[in-house]
Amino acid sequence: MYYLFDGTYSGFLCCVFESFERKEFDVIPLTGSEHQNSFFQNSRTITTHPEKAKRVLLGIQKRVSREKAVDFYKVFLSEDRKAWLASYKIIVDLFNTSKQVLQNYGNESTLYFSKMLQKVGRESHRMEAFVRFSKTADGGYYAVVEPDFNVLPLIADFFKKRYADQQWLIYDIKRKYGILYDKVNVSEVQEMPLDKHAVAAQHNIITLDANEEKFQRLWQKYFTSTNIESRKNTKLHLQHVPKRYWKYLTEKKVG
Amino acid sequence: MHRLEEKLKILADAAKYDVSCSSSGSKRQNTGGIGDASFGGICHTYTEDGRCVSLLKILLTNHCIYDCAFCVSRKSNDIQRAAFTVQEAVDLTMNFYRRNYIEGLFLSSGIFKNADFTMERLLRVVKKLRTEERYNGYIHLKTIPGASDELIKEAGTYVDRMSINLELPTEAGLKMVAPDKDHASVRKPLAFVNEQIQAYKAESALIKHTPIFVPAGQSTQMVIGATPETDFEIMQVANEFYQKYQLKRVYYSGYIPINNQNSLLPQIGSAPPVVRENRLYQADWLLRFYDFTLEEIVNPLHVNLELDIDPKLSWALRNPQLFPVNINTADYKMIIRIPGIGRQSAMKIIQARKFGKLHEYQVKKMGIAFNRAQHFMYCADSVIRLGMPVMQSIRNNILKASTNNKLFQTQLTLF
Repeated sequence: MYYLFDGTYSGFLCCVFESFERKEFDVIPLTGSEHQNSFFQNSRTITTHPEKAKRVLLGIQKRVSREKAVDFYKVFLSEDRKAWLASYKIIVDLFNTSKQVLQNYGNESTLYFSKMLQKVGRESHRMEAFVRFSKTADGGYYAVVEPDFNVLPLIADFFKKRYADQQWLIYDIKRKYGILYDKVNVSEVQEMPLDKHAVAAQHNIITLDANEEKFQRLWQKYFTSTNIESRKNTKLHLQHVPKRYWKYLTEKKVG
Repeated sequence: MHRLEEKLKILADAAKYDVSCSSSGSKRQNTGGIGDASFGGICHTYTEDGRCVSLLKILLTNHCIYDCAFCVSRKSNDIQRAAFTVQEAVDLTMNFYRRNYIEGLFLSSGIFKNADFTMERLLRVVKKLRTEERYNGYIHLKTIPGASDELIKEAGTYVDRMSINLELPTEAGLKMVAPDKDHASVRKPLAFVNEQIQAYKAESALIKHTPIFVPAGQSTQMVIGATPETDFEIMQVANEFYQKYQLKRVYYSGYIPINNQNSLLPQIGSAPPVVRENRLYQADWLLRFYDFTLEEIVNPLHVNLELDIDPKLSWALRNPQLFPVNINTADYKMIIRIPGIGRQSAMKIIQARKFGKLHEYQVKKMGIAFNRAQHFMYCADSVIRLGMPVMQSIRNNILKASTNNKLFQTQLTLF
């Protein structure tokens, strides 16, 4: 049975709720939009009720601790359907048995879940490292990213704490939304002039600080000067800085 | 080229032989300014040689009164010299940090005039960052041997990590290439800073808001392959420094030939000993995280680490009486000693076996190097082998099976 939800985490948790209400456990959670393009016969559309989602979340927290419960959110942000299914199965197990299924690495769902959790963690760590701000003429800082997973919600707090005294915007060009910090709060912004076409011509839209180019050049100079030629190791370099990230990294841009 | 760009080129180039780029271990928080420390550290990018770039690593100047043969900035070397002003160093750090290029600053310097004069200038940079820029990011500062206790102590209140390099692993080696230097002048300030760190720690146990002092501890670096020390000698020194001065890290830097003037040193064109360097780091890890003793890894009968296999495998092959290990019953300490199994996989095995006996197909998926591990462990469904394993054939098997055994051409990817 396919459970079609709205793509939000609350919606996902409601699939679990519905599943227990109907005593239906052979369930595959998917988003509603995916359904329209396929031939799913047995499907049920799940409506998102915040209070139902909350009950499921509290239940998870009670069983695995508040801290560990966040892992389910992280894995959800992977947007990976197999990980959603593994997650769903683990939550059902958590409620049905009292066993700590999260540690049962001999179990396929648990292992997949833990691997995905690791991947999402790695990607958000990467974004903490790879965001490159450009300073604008009005004193703000902006960066464009294209992460493998939807990790902006996971890195907002990191940037808020660190760059507390500067205005910044980090925009996910793949998912078409960004997080904006106004020196008080971080908020989500949907409509940005920074869509795919605009970014190519971003310099026409955003006026950069007079010194921005100078510091980008200095950083590129530093990057090449700190390298030790006789130890060149391209394979290792590529493993740490995969090519797909290059276009947003100041030091890897050609010039 | 713009003058500042040129300075950066010269002073980053001169600083790059210091391999430490760690930005971990500090818990400094943002107190109403900019920046904080990430406890685990962050590598913001990697150079083409595959090394982590976490900090803006620069010398304040490459002018130096010393003439150490292994050092690119030595007095007699005919190279371009440059010096940052205090303000230039501060501006570079702040502008790079605000753009999220770096975790912080690694500041070192050639010795100009004398130790105190140099240390005082370094101190001005870090003080300005902390007080005027209200900067709370990471700072790694070189302690200048011979500088006065007062200057070192004040610097310690502003920075996250301090370090002094041993340069050559033994006194005899050092005397050969740097007659003006000795290990005593390194030990003294390391000991002094360590005493201060311990004093602050003791105090903070009693009083709530004590200021922090070098929260990420101290480190040192040894150049290897420049002088003829064995790995046993090198690891003995490292082990002693870990214990005596409670260092956070000892770095091993494979010597990169920079001149042909000193016939005692490897000449330009000889490749840096990257495999040996990697083996030393692996041995260092075994000491610090795997509960190995120094003598288990290297000892008078086994003075050098093997280059074609890693030190844990090498130890296991010398101790056939301990294997194979039953992963369904052995304790954590023994499981992490199995070649091919790391600490994370060992933890997974310990947790997973509570749910039932583990089989090979399950363990294989837990992120272990099965090719190596299979010879040293058995699972619920493993075929029982009688008697002690024959280590010579296991060694051959492993070497044959590791198809990407290109260790002699490329650096291992672990660090």
